[in-house]
Amino acid sequence: MSELHLEISKVGIDFPTPKGPFCALQDVNLKISKGEFVSLIGHSGCGKSTVLNIVAGLYQATTGGVMLNGREVNEPGPERAVVFQNHSLLPWLTAYQNIELGVKRVFRGKKTKAEMREWIEHNLELVHMTHAMHKRPDEISGGMKQRVGIARALAMEPEILLMDEPFGALDALTRAHLQDSLMEIQTALGNTVIMITHDVDEAVLLSDRIVMMTNGPSATVGEILDVKLARPRNRLELADDPEYNGYRTAVLRFLYEKQKKVEPIAPKRAEKAAEKDSSKQVA
Amino acid sequence: MSESTTVIPTVSSAKAASKFPTALVSKISPAKLRDIVLGTCLPILGLVFFLLFWHVGAQHIKTSLGTFPGPKEVVTQWNNLVAEQKDEYAREAAFYERQEKRNAEALKEDPNAEIKVREYNGRPTFFNKIQTSLFTVLSGFILATVIAIPMGIVIGLSQSLYRAFNPVIQIFKPVSPLAWLPLITLVVSSVYVSEDPMFSKSFIISMLTVTLCSMWPTMINTAVGVAGVSKDLINVSRVLRLDWLTHVRKIVIPSSIPMMFTGLRLSLGIAWMVLIAAEMLAQNPGLGKFVWDEFQNGSSDSLGRICVAVLTIGVIGFGLDRTLLAIQGYVNWDKSAVVR
Repeated sequence: MSELHLEISKVGIDFPTPKGPFCALQDVNLKISKGEFVSLIGHSGCGKSTVLNIVAGLYQATTGGVMLNGREVNEPGPERAVVFQNHSLLPWLTAYQNIELGVKRVFRGKKTKAEMREWIEHNLELVHMTHAMHKRPDEISGGMKQRVGIARALAMEPEILLMDEPFGALDALTRAHLQDSLMEIQTALGNTVIMITHDVDEAVLLSDRIVMMTNGPSATVGEILDVKLARPRNRLELADDPEYNGYRTAVLRFLYEKQKKVEPIAPKRAEKAAEKDSSKQVA
Repeated sequence: MSESTTVIPTVSSAKAASKFPTALVSKISPAKLRDIVLGTCLPILGLVFFLLFWHVGAQHIKTSLGTFPGPKEVVTQWNNLVAEQKDEYAREAAFYERQEKRNAEALKEDPNAEIKVREYNGRPTFFNKIQTSLFTVLSGFILATVIAIPMGIVIGLSQSLYRAFNPVIQIFKPVSPLAWLPLITLVVSSVYVSEDPMFSKSFIISMLTVTLCSMWPTMINTAVGVAGVSKDLINVSRVLRLDWLTHVRKIVIPSSIPMMFTGLRLSLGIAWMVLIAAEMLAQNPGLGKFVWDEFQNGSSDSLGRICVAVLTIGVIGFGLDRTLLAIQGYVNWDKSAVVR
């Protein structure tokens, strides 16, 4: 657990806007060990997704950098698989084909066709989606789409799994269900995970560490909370657990007392526009 | 149906009847029924109104070739054209029969006799001309598509290329086929020289005119479609580090198919319009030449025959568009999408 895996050091990013550069992140530092489950939590617009996109290589940091296993990250790659908020499955491919696309890319020349097939089916099984593997995304529910999205990411055997509010768009029951599945998978595979969330319970339940971010502009890491609850964790048992509730309160206190969002609407828009702008350039 | 309407008055019998033939009627809600009735009646009403207007209006137009033909004369001319086609078939059959007989006799007299098999060389009928037109327009359209879609994809993938080529496309897009034709005619006449040409010059000229005029909408729409691929999907492609070809095949093309087909439909519409003009001037033996010949012919039947051609051109144009729509429905991954 102590082996240093991913290091985010002094990361800052400016987005160009018509009024000059907009500093979304400043001096973000974070060290993550192998097999750790880290959540990023903060108010919307605080730059959580930007951090994740920088780690994924989709955005380039203006200052500082990200190192994975001692190598600098400066472009996207399958060893840092992303589970997108809105699943981002290709709507013209079936669940199986969506996963196959990544598997073919990663395991070309390393696995035979039959092995790939087995591997894809194995990953679908992990997320309990074998029954719908030949269905297209518009034929399955939102929760199922997200399961396939997770399977696609897992099937690439990533060194680190980046999840951008993976359950944000789901209803509470489906979300709980998928959180349990994710815990199960993480226990079995021991993946390193960075997950963005705005759900306090989700953060406490799933994480080894919760990274709380301050509000933007120039957002950065505010506090880091170590969650030392024993695994496997059970949401029902934990509901009355004083330790669990202690962690929960700590996060809530950070979000609603220390970083209480005094909402000036206009700057937030500017940030959105800036993100849009930069994404165009990236694309 | 009649049964159900007669039994409805009393409640009990209505219940009993609802199990029986009314089941079919009761499934169709009143709103849907109204929709169906209006959907069939209104187009028919429009058509009837048009025919009436045509019939009455035509009688008031006097031309140098007599009164403008009404619907009735046009139907007569259609029948004449069909009859001519049948005559032509009969003549063809007779020709081959005679030839076979002659050859058989020649062989009988002298088994080593040289046998001549000639092909029947009749004048192209109206229906032959339709075939020629269809063949020409499809050749031109397919050539345009083969050029326009790859170009559109390449241009759409790069913002710089798009900016560079957009003015060129916008300049050529509105050029009339009649302006292209002299240039194409001269170029083809000097370049396409062969002792035994596979295609006639008039065909090549008409086809190239169609291609040049019809490829722009496909190119622009493909480029716009490609440029508009969802950013999320592009991110997926980047994370998977897909190579260029896989990226284009698996992500770019499927997501720009709807825009591509919008372009293709516009292109095919233009192609068909352009073709008629091109055939008139290039003398390709298709519908355009048919109209031109009838116009030059100037008999009392000519106007009626031109009207037949006009309607035929309209119907075929409509048919071409529907065909493309059906292909789109087949090719498009999103079967729930409403294409119209």
